[in-house]
Amino acid sequence: MSTSLMSGARMLLECLSREGVDCMFGYPGGVTLPFYDALYDHHIRHVLVRHEENAAFAAEGYARSTGKVGVCCATSGPGATNLTTGLVDAMMDSIPIVALTGQVSTKLIGSDAFQEADTFGITRSCTKHNYLVKHLEELPAIIHEAFYVAASGRPGPVLVDIPKDVFQAQGHYQHVSSIHLPGYKVFTEGHTGQVRRAVQLIKKSERPLVYAGGGIVAANAASELRQFVELIGAPAVTTLMGLGSLPSHHPNFISMPGMHGSYAANMAMSGADLLIALGVRFDDRVTGRLAAFAPHAKVIHVDIDPAEIGKNRAPDVPIVGDVKHVLGKLNEQLTDKAPADESLEAARRAWWHQIRTWKEEHPLQPVTSDTEIKPQHLMAEIDRLSNGQAIVASDVGQHQMWAAQLIRFNEPRLWLNSGGLGSMGFGLPAALGAQFARPDKLVFAICGDGGFQMSIPELATIASYGLPVKIIVMNNGYLGMVRQWQELFYNNRLSAVTLDCFPDVEKLAGAYGFKGRTVDKPWELASALEAAVKEPGPYLLNVKVSPLECVYPMVPAGGAINEMVLGPPQPVAG
Amino acid sequence: MLQVISLLLENKAGALMRVTGLLSQRGYNIESLTVARTLDPEVSRMTIAVEVDSTLRQQVIKQMNKLINVLQATDLSESPSVFRELLLVRVRMPQETRAAVLKEAEIFGGRVVDSSTEGFAIEVTGAPEKLNEFVDVMRSYGEIDVTRSGVVAIGLEPKKLKLQAPVPTKAGAKAEETIH
Repeated sequence: MSTSLMSGARMLLECLSREGVDCMFGYPGGVTLPFYDALYDHHIRHVLVRHEENAAFAAEGYARSTGKVGVCCATSGPGATNLTTGLVDAMMDSIPIVALTGQVSTKLIGSDAFQEADTFGITRSCTKHNYLVKHLEELPAIIHEAFYVAASGRPGPVLVDIPKDVFQAQGHYQHVSSIHLPGYKVFTEGHTGQVRRAVQLIKKSERPLVYAGGGIVAANAASELRQFVELIGAPAVTTLMGLGSLPSHHPNFISMPGMHGSYAANMAMSGADLLIALGVRFDDRVTGRLAAFAPHAKVIHVDIDPAEIGKNRAPDVPIVGDVKHVLGKLNEQLTDKAPADESLEAARRAWWHQIRTWKEEHPLQPVTSDTEIKPQHLMAEIDRLSNGQAIVASDVGQHQMWAAQLIRFNEPRLWLNSGGLGSMGFGLPAALGAQFARPDKLVFAICGDGGFQMSIPELATIASYGLPVKIIVMNNGYLGMVRQWQELFYNNRLSAVTLDCFPDVEKLAGAYGFKGRTVDKPWELASALEAAVKEPGPYLLNVKVSPLECVYPMVPAGGAINEMVLGPPQPVAG
Repeated sequence: MLQVISLLLENKAGALMRVTGLLSQRGYNIESLTVARTLDPEVSRMTIAVEVDSTLRQQVIKQMNKLINVLQATDLSESPSVFRELLLVRVRMPQETRAAVLKEAEIFGGRVVDSSTEGFAIEVTGAPEKLNEFVDVMRSYGEIDVTRSGVVAIGLEPKKLKLQAPVPTKAGAKAEETIH
């Protein structure tokens, strides 16, 4: 089946249409001129961002908030190199995006032509897979492959580099009926024998703990997770990437573990006799010192990526597979209630009692003050307004940790953050992408005063499309997380962390044609946030918070996760 | 320790870069690497020797297998297999030791591929350790230049190559039922 004669640019749009792309984020340039010309009267919506890095972050926001493949586009050379941070970000968090880049014409490749860069080489390690299209005939197969690779298995970014003459060449779109990647194995079903072994371990465990992560979100396995947790009656922690995969209000949920995780979550990790690890990668920010991590626990590790199994912690029961399928199988086998075992049930009750005690001893709770806005107070207010339902795109730093600790999520794909790479400047463009994907949702972009200033160009995009994103700047006048480490570990020698110039947000937002306000009185915070949410358009709220607040609990680098610092050092009496 | 990996990979642009890039990205030192086409011109066989901690050996193989152009990655370090390497040595020595050098070459199964008044060029194949010994012996006779091919290896146990069947595209066309 083939269509009428068309240009490569038109053919690319044909492929994107067939992949169901309705919106893409990009920035044009010299070699992508033919593509943008074809786009001129095409139904796919192109969102013009103000920097290519933000095109990638916006595509991630789109993908993270929907599960669909996000698409971004940039020209050759600097356009492509600007995308790379977003590509690595998507790689680290397993986010499906397809990046399309223009390249100089095939006959110029290798000649150091104007705006030429070795995009294919540069992005090798930034992507799950990448392509350089050398002939128009290859284009349809490559584009369809790119979408398939991005979304299947462990998702990730795929880049397709397209030279200008390929955009200009004329050809017929040949229907691609199948994708043949003989070396690309997608694991779905978990091994039946291993699943059975897992069930046996679960049934015998006295102190089980579910440790769920971004894999649950990627696999759309939240309902299976919930059923699983309820069937086995175990407490559950979700990682930074997994927030929302179990509703925050669920009685079995005991919050996030790790470097800034809750006391209860970290103590539970350390005390469990069985860790059921679902779509997680035993990241160093979760485990702390690996040798001391969950020392009493047997481990069942379910992951779609075989290379994650045993990478950091050798499991007792490894299960390679799609966590949705595997949880389905586990749930099937766990429904038949075994005859009650008195001593086991007593042990489980004691375990729950212990968990509740830990939760009560050191709960994650908002700190407030009568004189200044505490960052935790800000997050608690956002939580109140969100009520578990808003999309919260966070930037990177202290505010990210407080938001993760204190904002609750009823479902997955509401909490969007740069977990693995920790890219500052992520929050605002990700919120922008998410708002395009889910126009009916209330979307917050929570930024620090550092990351916000990396994202300022996108205020223009937000204004130009009238996106009702609520931008909340948690402004403490510092690069707060770095300052915190300098305070705690470098004798408070504050080096290059003071942000002593910050724009007047009323004027800044006003310059873009929308409302902005600064608030610094704790008693004004609630109403200021409410006004921001009520505003039909975008809103920029600059919240001045106590400058020297540190994020606690904190596991110092290299520490075991049960050795948390729970709060600031207390002044010695006398 | 040294790990020898046998890799089957699709002959696609950039495939070699993906393999070497992966190794350097994950901090594995490449000791040697050879690559050439197999009977199927679309597929290349690569033999890589890497210096890697024994606890990471499985991880290297898994990471290799994740590369989309890699059809199969096999750890040959501990399975029955044969390792061979080709060595070319140019040795310059005094006239009176020519006969002795030829005798040594013969012991190692070497073949003289060039002869001049200054000395010989000799070709030897063998297990890498054997070649090390040969190099030491030649060095004792005079000045030498050496080029080594890097190890090539073949597993002796039959290993089935499992290839993935085509997957229908979103358009919903039927997949061909071919499993190679």
